[in-house]
Amino acid sequence: MSENIISLKNISVSFDGEVILDKLNLDIKDGTFVTLLGPSGCGKTTTLRIIGGFQEPDSGDVFFGSERINDLPPHKRKLNTVFQRYALFPHLNVYENIAFGMRIQKKKESEIKAKVEEMLKLVSLEGFEKRRTSTLSGGQQQRVAIARALANDPRVLLLDEPLGALDLKLRQEMQVELKRIQSRLGITFIYVTHDQEEALSMSDTIVVMNHGVIQQIGSPIDIYNEPENGFVADFIGESNIVDGIMHADCDVEFCGARFECVDTGFAKDEEVDVVVRPEDIIVVPKEESALRGTVTSVTFKGVHYEMYVNVPGEEEEWIIQSTVAQEEGKEIGMTVIPENIHIMKKYTGDYASDIEFE
Amino acid sequence: MKKDSWIASPFMLWVVIFTVVPLAMVCWYAFTDSTGAFTLSNIEMIGSYWGYLKDSLVMGAVATIFCLLLGYPVAYVMSRANWVEQQTLMMLLMLPQWMNFLLRTYAWMTILENNGLINTLLGKIGIGPFQMINTKGAIVLGMVYNFLPYMILPIYSVMEKIHGSLFEAANDLGANRFETLRRVVLPLSLPGVITGITMVFVPSVSTFVISQMLGGGRNPLIGDVIERLFVGAAPNYNVGAALSLVLMVLILISMAVMKKFDDGEETGGLMM
Repeated sequence: MSENIISLKNISVSFDGEVILDKLNLDIKDGTFVTLLGPSGCGKTTTLRIIGGFQEPDSGDVFFGSERINDLPPHKRKLNTVFQRYALFPHLNVYENIAFGMRIQKKKESEIKAKVEEMLKLVSLEGFEKRRTSTLSGGQQQRVAIARALANDPRVLLLDEPLGALDLKLRQEMQVELKRIQSRLGITFIYVTHDQEEALSMSDTIVVMNHGVIQQIGSPIDIYNEPENGFVADFIGESNIVDGIMHADCDVEFCGARFECVDTGFAKDEEVDVVVRPEDIIVVPKEESALRGTVTSVTFKGVHYEMYVNVPGEEEEWIIQSTVAQEEGKEIGMTVIPENIHIMKKYTGDYASDIEFE
Repeated sequence: MKKDSWIASPFMLWVVIFTVVPLAMVCWYAFTDSTGAFTLSNIEMIGSYWGYLKDSLVMGAVATIFCLLLGYPVAYVMSRANWVEQQTLMMLLMLPQWMNFLLRTYAWMTILENNGLINTLLGKIGIGPFQMINTKGAIVLGMVYNFLPYMILPIYSVMEKIHGSLFEAANDLGANRFETLRRVVLPLSLPGVITGITMVFVPSVSTFVISQMLGGGRNPLIGDVIERLFVGAAPNYNVGAALSLVLMVLILISMAVMKKFDDGEETGGLMM
């Protein structure tokens, strides 16, 4: 578990003068489920393609274990890819698609047959051997693509937004299944997505990227609860990000109210960014909190109500999620327990260009 | 039939007048004698023309094979090139086609003649002259030169539709370039190959202009024989029609065989 299977060192890529990846460093531990998460254009797919060998970095090194594999073409790398649009071979049936890699390795027919059956069982598609891929649904094609990639016994499986084309229910099913397959095989999965929920529910480690720079690396819980900057906080779920001042350790002021928090190590009266998740806000009578505002809209979201609150002196409205609806136009008080107040260092410029990791 | 299928009626009229009626006339001539009485003797005459027919089929096949060998790699390179390169190659391919077919073939005469361009140049370095014009080789060359684009274009248009991710997927699964070509590109491009073969083979087998200009009448093909039977010094429409009919049937059979070959592959309907 502790060995790094893939290491990227100082990887830089640019197209037509536009920087796609900027001195990226990333270590991926063997046997983990790692997700590269970020908005489109953040460089996550480029990173995956560099690991797969489909793209050469302008500079920097790619390591597989301790071996430098920059010059190794894709067909010689011990990893396989599940492509965005599946890329199944239309002239081959399900069996031959899955057997493709083994045929090239000139394996025995009996061996191929056993492996194809095993793979079809793994992705719950027993009996589909003779089907043509064009007759399969999107979800089934996806499973074939996964089976085809895994049939070569890769040590690392690369998945490029594999669930993007599926509907919500199927996507959630496949998330559970992918996680199950990964833990059963014990190999490394590197998964690219822009869907934060997908990242949170499957990953051991999430790598949040923006503008070709890694913003934060951590477990889903860390990333959600302790975002390192405003970008991460904003991208992973909704959040209220406001200016604040650290008066002392565990003593922060924002929106004209002082709160106890759990963060330490800031300079006295240092300006900071404060992040509060919408579901962490407790609505109280207005007399009971110095943080007050007027409810401007209430929307029923199923599990909860989503409310926007106008806090005097704040440019942006606060967003609250609660199972109890408030009346529009009512003035309410808001409070947060210390553990749910997240303090981040203040960044004046663009998050992406200023932050350096490692 | 759809409600507005009437918009095709001008063409349908065209087809009736210029295809169905002539075809019926060919059939009628083929099975009658000069007095108009029914006979099978025209068909029985075919045997004496078998040599020409065989020559035509063999030379058409050789030209088709050359076109395939020359054209397939070009189609592949073109389909994988960027937009500007594709347009440039397409332009180079189509440019000669803008010139009249007869003129193009005349040009080859001046190149291949005994005192033509090649032999003059070879003479300068003390080789030759070689007999090039009026040979079977010259005829095949003319066929290849004139019909090569009809091999390249259908293959290119099928290959161009092969998504780049299939190349990456093959590569990812351990296939090198050769394996990718063999296991992915070749089977997926087969429908284009079939179309290309048909489009080169059919006009090659039935040509008479190329064989007259570059073969000098010494290597007459079945097309020449039919032409002479219709417009020659001693015309015989009945035997000419019978020969035309047989040629047509032979071509139809070869196309059916090709189609069969194509349907045998799983891609058939999908790629066309």
